[in-house]
Amino acid sequence: MTVRVGIVGAGKMGISHYAIVNAHPNAQVSAVCDTSGYVLSVLEKYTGVATYGSFEKMIDQGKLDAILVATPTSTHFPCAKYALERGLHLFVEKPLTLSPAESRTLSDLARKQKRVNQVGFHNRFIGTFQEARRLARGGALGRVTNIHGSAFGQVVVKDQSSGWRSKKSEGGGCLHDYACHVVDLMNFIAGAPASVRGARMQSIFSKDVEDAVYAIFSYADGRTGVLETNWSDETYRKMSTTITLYGTNGKLIADRQELKLYLRPECAFETYVEGWNTRYITDLQKPVAYYLRGEEYSSQIDAFVRAIESGDLEHENSFASSAETDRVLEQIAQASRSGS
Amino acid sequence: MANETKMDRILFGDNQFFGVNHMSEEKARQQLMRFKDNAAIIEVLDIAYDAGVKTFMCTTHDRMAGVCEHMRKDPTRYKDFVFYPCMPYAHKYANSVTEVGPLETIKRFSAGSVVGTLLRGAMGAITKDIYDLMKLLVDGEMKAFKGLSTPVIFVQNVVTDLLLGMGLHGVFPEFHKYVRERYGAEAGFITMNMPALLDVLEKQGIENPIVCSNINKIDFRMCGGLELYEKTIRERRFRPVAMSVFASGAIPPEEALEYVCGQRRIESIVFGASSKRNIEQTRDLIRKIDARHAGAATR
Repeated sequence: MTVRVGIVGAGKMGISHYAIVNAHPNAQVSAVCDTSGYVLSVLEKYTGVATYGSFEKMIDQGKLDAILVATPTSTHFPCAKYALERGLHLFVEKPLTLSPAESRTLSDLARKQKRVNQVGFHNRFIGTFQEARRLARGGALGRVTNIHGSAFGQVVVKDQSSGWRSKKSEGGGCLHDYACHVVDLMNFIAGAPASVRGARMQSIFSKDVEDAVYAIFSYADGRTGVLETNWSDETYRKMSTTITLYGTNGKLIADRQELKLYLRPECAFETYVEGWNTRYITDLQKPVAYYLRGEEYSSQIDAFVRAIESGDLEHENSFASSAETDRVLEQIAQASRSGS
Repeated sequence: MANETKMDRILFGDNQFFGVNHMSEEKARQQLMRFKDNAAIIEVLDIAYDAGVKTFMCTTHDRMAGVCEHMRKDPTRYKDFVFYPCMPYAHKYANSVTEVGPLETIKRFSAGSVVGTLLRGAMGAITKDIYDLMKLLVDGEMKAFKGLSTPVIFVQNVVTDLLLGMGLHGVFPEFHKYVRERYGAEAGFITMNMPALLDVLEKQGIENPIVCSNINKIDFRMCGGLELYEKTIRERRFRPVAMSVFASGAIPPEEALEYVCGQRRIESIVFGASSKRNIEQTRDLIRKIDARHAGAATR
């Protein structure tokens, strides 16, 4: 079976997904929708793909099995709802929506329609973070007491006010565009927090949006979490995300490239010895059939195609798990506004 | 082919200069700090050059302009220095597209090139022909290398693999033809999907192409898998260049080079290093293993 996919939004992420979907042996890009006539005319001329100026028309006429939505976040909800109502499987770029209520509506609708519903939190497909989750949940750290998540990078390092990412109303800002990755990853590894105890959202260069987000989380079992993100840090070449877990048996530090695990005396776990252990992505990442920007981007699309083929709705990065992430994001915004 | 460019056996890479390390973010940051000035980059290039590693395979990073300027000023010292530019430096385009959109980005990066200046008025028409657009962008990227030796010009893997995935395969022969006509250079293609790319290049009529890909014994970023890579290198007609041979340090040097040098059809090996000791050690290891194979072949 070849899964026929329509891409909504041919920007940086949309084009990247285009190549990955098209390179998949069991999927093909059959239609593209964008607001830029220039981009559409080039795609049509050189790839022969069907192009549309509106997602409704593409969904109605494109004879599609699935759509992939890579537009500004504020437009995700109407597009996803329209597609689900017409029985299409869905892959939506992160975050799912700007409102946890809307995200839950989409999640419920996807379940009712029995359609695959995946969100592009690609960190969940990175080998080091998957191993961190396995170790934390498998008891390697004993009782986990604290989780720290951080991300730094150089997205906004000067005054600028162009593009949707600098507009709060469209889903721009460090919280929804950057910190969301870390919140989702913390949820993936340690479960979602029960509440947000305090938060600050800070503008550094941007006018309409925040460039840094700091928050403290409380978990139901007494654990504490700390979130620290800043996208105006030009000492990082690209986004650098780190998760640190503290437990009664040791400590774990994971980033995109390596996983470091310290185990206290007499706390060796499986092949991990007492003291420091280091494992690298070269050893932890599963290979992919086609590589573009990182294995995780190909793996998540592969998981999406496989879920469609098998009809398995219990897949990674479901709308339900993303609705939880959106709930935490909203609580951070509320805590920051209330000054708690 | 009679006019085939001879490539050096050992090529010097540039990841270490720009904070690219696939295993450690901390190490990458330390390298960025060490190479914050062009003088530090040039110092290492000099060590490599004096060690007989005379080809620098480098991204068309903004900072290359300063390095190129240094080489141009001293043609006697650098008379055998060879650049293999790898284009584009994708970050600048990606950031610009996000910031100002595709059309403004094209104007921004083609401005100043001869063709760009002549044709600016016809921008609307030219940009809809992606082959003409490719030529404008290549000229923009090649400006920094004016007057220097650039016998092979590579397309970076993020672009090669994007075109491969999207099915924009016609760009490959157009690029191949253009760099030969305009720069007297052979085209090279960097990819993470070597066997799949080779299928497409063959279909597009590019004979015996230069293809640079990860080749290492732990199967790191070799899409299609280690066995298919080995078979492809053994059986198909192309000019393989091996990169990521140490898989960012995951494989000990001798073991890594034994594996790569053992595949006799691999023409060149790219590696990056920051110290005299590492550069000379890698050079010596490759020469030693090659000499052993050559000896075995003539016995």
